[in-house]
Amino acid sequence: MKKKYLAIPYVGWMAIFVIVPLILVVGYALINRDGQVTLDNFRTMTQYLGAFTTSFRLAIIATVICLVIGYPVSLWLAREGAAVKRIAMIAIMLPMWMNFLLRTYAWMSLLENTGIINTLLKNIGLFDLINRVFGTQLSYFPMINTPGAVVLGMVYNYLPFMILPIYTVIDKIDPKVIEAAEDLGAPPVMVFRKVIFPLSLPGVLSGITMVFIPAVSTFAISKLLGGGMTLLLGDLIEMQFYGSAYNPYLGSAISLVMMVIVLICMAVMNHFGEGEGEAVYF
Amino acid sequence: MKKNGIFARLGLLLTMVFLYAPILVLIVFSFNDSKSRTVWQGFSLKWYLKLFDDSRILNALVTTVEISVLAMIVSTILGTMAAIGFFNMRKRPRAILMAINNIPMTNADIITGVSLMLLFVFAAGAFNATLGSLFGVEIRLGFFTLLLAHITFDIPYVILSVLPKLNQCDPNIEEAAQDLGATPWLAFRKVVFPEIRPGVLNGAIMAFTMSIDDFVISYFTAGSGASTLAMEIYAMTRKRISPEINALSTLLFVVVLTLLAVVNIRSAREEKAAAKREALLRQKN
Repeated sequence: MKKKYLAIPYVGWMAIFVIVPLILVVGYALINRDGQVTLDNFRTMTQYLGAFTTSFRLAIIATVICLVIGYPVSLWLAREGAAVKRIAMIAIMLPMWMNFLLRTYAWMSLLENTGIINTLLKNIGLFDLINRVFGTQLSYFPMINTPGAVVLGMVYNYLPFMILPIYTVIDKIDPKVIEAAEDLGAPPVMVFRKVIFPLSLPGVLSGITMVFIPAVSTFAISKLLGGGMTLLLGDLIEMQFYGSAYNPYLGSAISLVMMVIVLICMAVMNHFGEGEGEAVYF
Repeated sequence: MKKNGIFARLGLLLTMVFLYAPILVLIVFSFNDSKSRTVWQGFSLKWYLKLFDDSRILNALVTTVEISVLAMIVSTILGTMAAIGFFNMRKRPRAILMAINNIPMTNADIITGVSLMLLFVFAAGAFNATLGSLFGVEIRLGFFTLLLAHITFDIPYVILSVLPKLNQCDPNIEEAAQDLGATPWLAFRKVVFPEIRPGVLNGAIMAFTMSIDDFVISYFTAGSGASTLAMEIYAMTRKRISPEINALSTLLFVVVLTLLAVVNIRSAREEKAAAKREALLRQKN
């Protein structure tokens, strides 16, 4: 028996559980409740343009913040000794093992108007100070149920997905390459710009992908931290399948459009990334 | 590379604080004497006691573990077989199949969930209208569809961790075993499998983790027939979460922490032993 035939069960599995479902999404997107072929679903979707822009805007902000925090953290981590690295890696991965709903829920306790952060700030007299200086009537910072809280939830949940790939790539850079640059007289900033950063680009790209995709499609985080004030694509899709608005045809159309936009974004980014990498390499 | 200064160390520390602050809050308030999740009112273990009486949560926990274990077993076997199959294919078919294999990983969870839900609803509907009505059986979404969905998103991770190990394998040793009269199965068991075992194990762990952690795909594919822990938590967050959940997450946290610590101490030891062996070998040469 040829060994390649061992893949047959899984190839069949993929056909049924990966390909057929996607075909169904396309099919549902193109029909209406009566089973007629129509483009109405895409026309209806235009009234939800707000959800599209909000989702992409918040996801881009969250991805940028993750990158801004995650890149230096990965760089610093790579410079630590073996023991610190090992412990830090466990520490970064550990929260990922706890259900993200629980972790997001914990942020609710921190961010509420009478929550832990506001209570703490009140107890150290910050609000009294502000009120005296500015003549305001502040008794808490409104944090929960704002788009900012949703971004915070995204950053918190997906930051490890940014750190891990970038760290892995930086950690694998041959120290001799960096030493060579230093020996040839490159100042630290130049070593970073010309050596470390170009070599870390693949990690950055996969980090961006791993943060952006779940962020743009999230639906639970916005419900918990945004208090339903910010309608995201994920919420919109969920509503079409489970909510009172039951309409799987529209839901499929929204899913399809989201998938296509994300794919285009990723393709453009990867192309751009490759170009960058090459430009610096040669 | 230069060493980290105070600023970098502080940055690392702050990141850790950011990652662990909410978890710390969860743990502290699991011991709170009142239902409040922001005001501390004294130490108590009552949420832990209540947890062990709550059949909903315990059932969900059992379902989660059952699904994760079953999905891990099936996906590890199917995934390892598929990886060996892919490895022995020519470049082009392999590239195409790997691209399809990557779909569930790169697609947003909600799309995987929704598309599988459509498949299950469609298939169940078609069955119930034909064969089902004939024999008076009705299928609904539940444990079985949940399991199918979990296997579907677990297998890609198994394949991705087994394939690199197959690449590292020296094809000559398997041929040598067969030249010496081993049947293909025996050669696989005694020669190839030990070589790829770390990859298979890693894949199994990945699959289990993905299953335990999943909420979105389960939410769409379980229907009303089954409920995992994550779904139970989600249902609770829409009303008001009982601190029992804090107690449960504290327990889970401790279990995961212990497991990770054990695994890492073991692998650290193994690495040390391997380094020692290598050093010895070098001395001999």
